[in-house]
Amino acid sequence: MPPDSGLLLEFRGVNTHYGDLHVLKDVSYAIGRGEIVALLGGNACGKSTTMKTIMGVVRPTSGTVRFEGAPIERLRTAERVRRGIAPVLEARRLFPRMTVLENLELGAYTRPRGPEYMEDLERVFALFPRVKERRSQIAGTLSGGEQQMVAIGRALMARPRLICMDEPSMGLSPLLVEQVFDIIQQINAQGTTIFMVEQNAAMALAIAHRGYVLQTGQVVLSGEATSLRENPAIREAYLGELQVTPAAG
Amino acid sequence: MTVADVYLQQIINGLSLGAMYALLALGFTLVYGILELINFAHFNVFMVGSFVGLGVLRLLGVMPGAPALAGVALVAVLLGTLIVTMLAAGLLGVAIERLALRPLRNLRGPAAMITTIGISYILLNVVLLSLGADSKNFPNPLPSWTMPVGGAVLRLREVLIWLVSLALMAILTWFVQFTRLGKAMRATAQDAEAARMMGIEVDRIIIAAFFLGSALAGAGGLMFGLYYNFTSYIIGFTAGLRAFTAAVLGGIGNVPGAMLGGLIIGLIEALGGQLVSASWADVIIFSILVLVLVFRPAGLLGRVAPNKS
Repeated sequence: MPPDSGLLLEFRGVNTHYGDLHVLKDVSYAIGRGEIVALLGGNACGKSTTMKTIMGVVRPTSGTVRFEGAPIERLRTAERVRRGIAPVLEARRLFPRMTVLENLELGAYTRPRGPEYMEDLERVFALFPRVKERRSQIAGTLSGGEQQMVAIGRALMARPRLICMDEPSMGLSPLLVEQVFDIIQQINAQGTTIFMVEQNAAMALAIAHRGYVLQTGQVVLSGEATSLRENPAIREAYLGELQVTPAAG
Repeated sequence: MTVADVYLQQIINGLSLGAMYALLALGFTLVYGILELINFAHFNVFMVGSFVGLGVLRLLGVMPGAPALAGVALVAVLLGTLIVTMLAAGLLGVAIERLALRPLRNLRGPAAMITTIGISYILLNVVLLSLGADSKNFPNPLPSWTMPVGGAVLRLREVLIWLVSLALMAILTWFVQFTRLGKAMRATAQDAEAARMMGIEVDRIIIAAFFLGSALAGAGGLMFGLYYNFTSYIIGFTAGLRAFTAAVLGGIGNVPGAMLGGLIIGLIEALGGQLVSASWADVIIFSILVLVLVFRPAGLLGRVAPNKS
């Protein structure tokens, strides 16, 4: 864990269900301030459910979720956003028929329109000059890479302490993936904690401080990113030449 | 009147009807855009709106057969009646959402839509049983000003409908395009889950959609009374179905589409009625509904495939 310790987000014994389907099974995570933490795993292992549980779209059936020490599992999504959690959603999920600028504005929906808002906008434009060029364009007409930049920019507009990213590399070319991960590192270096779900384990572990591996709803491995990279089981399942997908759950 | 003048007159009539249908169609489209729910209660929110307008005019001392008002008094009476009617209809819409539809929010299937049909009948019967089945004379404070347009005649009530509808549609467009709440409404319509994760309280957006749509229906109901000089418990059904057709024709969920669809349906009713016979107007309108659903289900301005992922 980086020097500025202290937990920002904590899952303790969290279970979630979709009807009869038990998705997260007694899951615990601890995300420290200033970290990049990667959550790895195959399809349908509970990665996206983890993100939805943080955002309050899925409520745990038991267990606690704490943010900055306070339990948040009963809070509405809007209240969580106000407290400083912002999502970068799977497949971007921009508002397709609104302009880039309107998408960014909606990212700042819970914040007042003032000098801070203009600062945040300038920061996003500085980070993504491309987004500035495209600010009047309809979001649905952007390329996948540009949409991902807007999606990250939209999260930054909430001035979050924690950004939850769901598959930021999905559908992007290798070159773009590298750019996006560079940006994620920059954002983290400026003080924002990142919790990232990622199929691309090699890339994720290259920038993450720590990682968790989720399999059929359970944490099966966790540790420093460097040690996970060396772990034979991880190498075989996620980093090896053979792309083995763990049993779907 | 020459044949051309007759058609000119029918265009004037059609634009007036169309403006009214557009106001009503907007309510279907606003609610559908957000909840994907066809709100049949809207038919009779419109009808109740016309009775509220009637009541307010009477309270203001404007009785059927009373002398016409002019100047400031006329504007004040019309504006006051319009505002009170819109507020009352808007609150009725919000009450329907809170009491009857919100408890069903998480049910799949047609439960909510069928509930709106039930509410529609409740409203109809409440008005029928409390105010009677006879149609009521609608007081009309408008002076009988007319202006010849070619060989046709333009009356003040037509000008009034056009102005009120245009103003309301301009305000709605501004609201949806440029205000914080309006942008949140559009975002919610495009991707409700993502909107929620931006911190938008989706329940408030739904309330706003019901309020705005119902308030516009109230304005439509008042216009109906001032235009036809009567109202009745039964007016919601025909006007509501035509306006619903207008919303589908324009592309349900699409705000400019509802306005365009309303005008087209109004013109078809007036001109089609002239070409064939007035009693065939509904046959023509609903044939168009069927054809649109078969050949262009997304409507004139609608998207080909709804964006859902």
